[in-house]
Amino acid sequence: MDLNFTAEELAFRDELRRFFRTEIPESIRNKVLDGQHLSKDEIVLQQRILNKHGLAVPGWPVEWGGKDWTPVQRYFYSDEIQQAGVPGGLAFNTSMVGPVIAQFGSEEQKKKFLPATANLDIWWCQGFSEPGAGSDLAGLRTKAELVGDEWVINGQKTWTTLGQHADWIFVLCRTDPAAKKQEGISYILCDMKTKGITVRPIQTIDGGHEVNEVFFDDVRVPKDNIVGQPNKGWDYAKFLLGNERTGIAQVGASKARLKRIRELASVEPAGEGRVIDDPKFSEKLAMVEIELKALEMTQMRIIADERGKAKGKPNPASSILKMKGSQIQQWTTELVMEIAGPYVMPFALSDEGSGRNETGYGPEFAAAAAPAYFNKRKVSIYGGSNEIQRNIIAKAILGF
Amino acid sequence: MDFDLSDDQRMLKDSVDRLIADKYSFEQRKKYMAEPDGWSRELWAQYAELGLLGVSFPEAHGGFGGGPVENMIVAEAFGKGLVLEPYFATIVLGGGLIQAAGNDAQKAAMLPEIAAGTRLVAFAQVERASRYNLADVQVTATKTAEGWVLNGEKSVVLHGDCADTLLVTARTDGGRTDRNGIGLFVVAANAAGVTRQGYRTQDGCRAAEISFANALAADVLGDPAGALPLVEQVVDQAIAVLCAEAVGLMGEMHTITVDYMKQRKQFGVSISQFQVLQHRAVDMFVAVEQSRSMSLFGTVMSADPDAKARSRAVSATKVQIGKAGKLVGEEAVQLHGGIAMTMEYKVGHYFKRMTMIEQMFGNTDAHLAKVAGAGSLF
Repeated sequence: MDLNFTAEELAFRDELRRFFRTEIPESIRNKVLDGQHLSKDEIVLQQRILNKHGLAVPGWPVEWGGKDWTPVQRYFYSDEIQQAGVPGGLAFNTSMVGPVIAQFGSEEQKKKFLPATANLDIWWCQGFSEPGAGSDLAGLRTKAELVGDEWVINGQKTWTTLGQHADWIFVLCRTDPAAKKQEGISYILCDMKTKGITVRPIQTIDGGHEVNEVFFDDVRVPKDNIVGQPNKGWDYAKFLLGNERTGIAQVGASKARLKRIRELASVEPAGEGRVIDDPKFSEKLAMVEIELKALEMTQMRIIADERGKAKGKPNPASSILKMKGSQIQQWTTELVMEIAGPYVMPFALSDEGSGRNETGYGPEFAAAAAPAYFNKRKVSIYGGSNEIQRNIIAKAILGF
Repeated sequence: MDFDLSDDQRMLKDSVDRLIADKYSFEQRKKYMAEPDGWSRELWAQYAELGLLGVSFPEAHGGFGGGPVENMIVAEAFGKGLVLEPYFATIVLGGGLIQAAGNDAQKAAMLPEIAAGTRLVAFAQVERASRYNLADVQVTATKTAEGWVLNGEKSVVLHGDCADTLLVTARTDGGRTDRNGIGLFVVAANAAGVTRQGYRTQDGCRAAEISFANALAADVLGDPAGALPLVEQVVDQAIAVLCAEAVGLMGEMHTITVDYMKQRKQFGVSISQFQVLQHRAVDMFVAVEQSRSMSLFGTVMSADPDAKARSRAVSATKVQIGKAGKLVGEEAVQLHGGIAMTMEYKVGHYFKRMTMIEQMFGNTDAHLAKVAGAGSLF
């Protein structure tokens, strides 16, 4: 047993570290590290830099720009990119639709979409959740009917993250209403400019605009926009669950947050001293660090376990990463609020609608403290709520 | 990075797991507890034969040259079996201190006998007022013409009642909590002036209150005023071993609970079908796995040459294990229901041992304060 990495692995890590910290503009990275929202242009800019250097879509098949990395190398990629405050490839593109098209799409779809998806020339959004289909995603009702050479889509999607920027949407639609609910779903690609699509913003409790409702009213898309076979969409959506699990714990991002928290608490005055001098605060901070260290080790164990196993096969232990990783992200936001103290209170809605920018009152970081806390409540809800993760472990590991 | 065991380590694990499966059923354990020492001398001899007692000792002194990983393997298996024998006191603490602080002659005199199972050792360190502060030592050692003479009282000396040899921290110089001025003395348990009162502990093991009234030490390990750093090092190693034992305990509590949930029927169904209980069992599982992860970290770091990094990592491990152990233990009892409240049923015994480990060598709060004062873990 050896917790050290090889010299080659460390050299690989150091090169990534250097790249992320020198090639991606500091202004973008600082925004991420401070928990502020990015503009569309900033997200596009950094993804194009990554893509230019072959680092936007390492998880894809090699012929489409992926890297045949070892689990340790994949771990270093997500850890270093997160620690550097680089947003990384837009998840809808790089972790969601891209791998599905690469695995199940037609040659034409691959050629048409994959290079543009990697370069963020196409911005994708996800059409999965519906008002009546959250954790019970397979209960979705948006339907697509084949009429002539076209799918005609009717229904409503919700929680469509950054749909306001999107060029295309990948939609799960019911195509066989008679089949068992998981077996009548298809995976269809849809240009957002198509007639009949309406996007309505949803303002979340942090004051920001990340998510949207998307309405489909007799939306007609070409027959060939279906990915893979009709009625197999559920399998393709599940395939994603086995993809890119090492990033889900956000260990690198939480490390960066904790580093920033320690810096802020070391300068922010409190009474005669600084916030960090309060033993209650420093013990809370230590507790979150301990939880994160345990999670980092759990992640390493899962990575070590992946070696020599079939790629893309989900390990149910990954549910631990989601559950603990999301809790830790939430705890870090609580710590920032504690540092901000009374200055959690001023509210300012910026033109981006993020509520994250400087208010001019109190310390600069404080404006983002409460919005981040409110915003991060989402992480234990999305991507399979933590209760769903418990169901997965209960069934797949404990055998209940 | 590699979590695999070496071939030798795997063989060790197989043999100790098999031994526990054969020799440590819940019923067998009750018999050992009823023996005069409160544990089995016969099994102790078998451990020696199997090489378990010297697994972490140098080959030159009757051992197998193992280290923290070997100790972890044995401890986890012993946790599963709720082993009563004085392995932790004699091998991990006693053997560890002699290895760290003893000179070659002292090692040669004691380690082979310990490995052979013929010498039992206990570490007399805790005092009533010292609680978890290793530097707080009021027992005194005074240099006389005959040698070092000890006076004072030591508390809750693990397996101190059966030990042949006591390793005693005593103050030779300085104020009560000074880091300098602490020595580590070898005292024969039957020396004049040593009084021991042995008793059973909550977890079924044994301990003793020991007083020293002008007791003459047989020897001193290392610098009679400079033992503290080595004591801290060995205590950190020992905490990592306790944490590995706790992982064994927690894993077993979880397995027993999940099995029980599947067979226990109420309201016409097995209680494992209730989602509220499933989720609680999952939270136990997560706590066990996070503890296993942290135990690996603590085990490896317990041998780190950087004392500050070592101590911070070990304390962090103890915090994780303390918190998780409390959750897993309490939930194991709750999910079982009334049966877990009985002495007849095994799960409560794991809970009791877990609860004792939580406060040994510093409880969760004490270690959390240490981590908080020691800077970032990353």
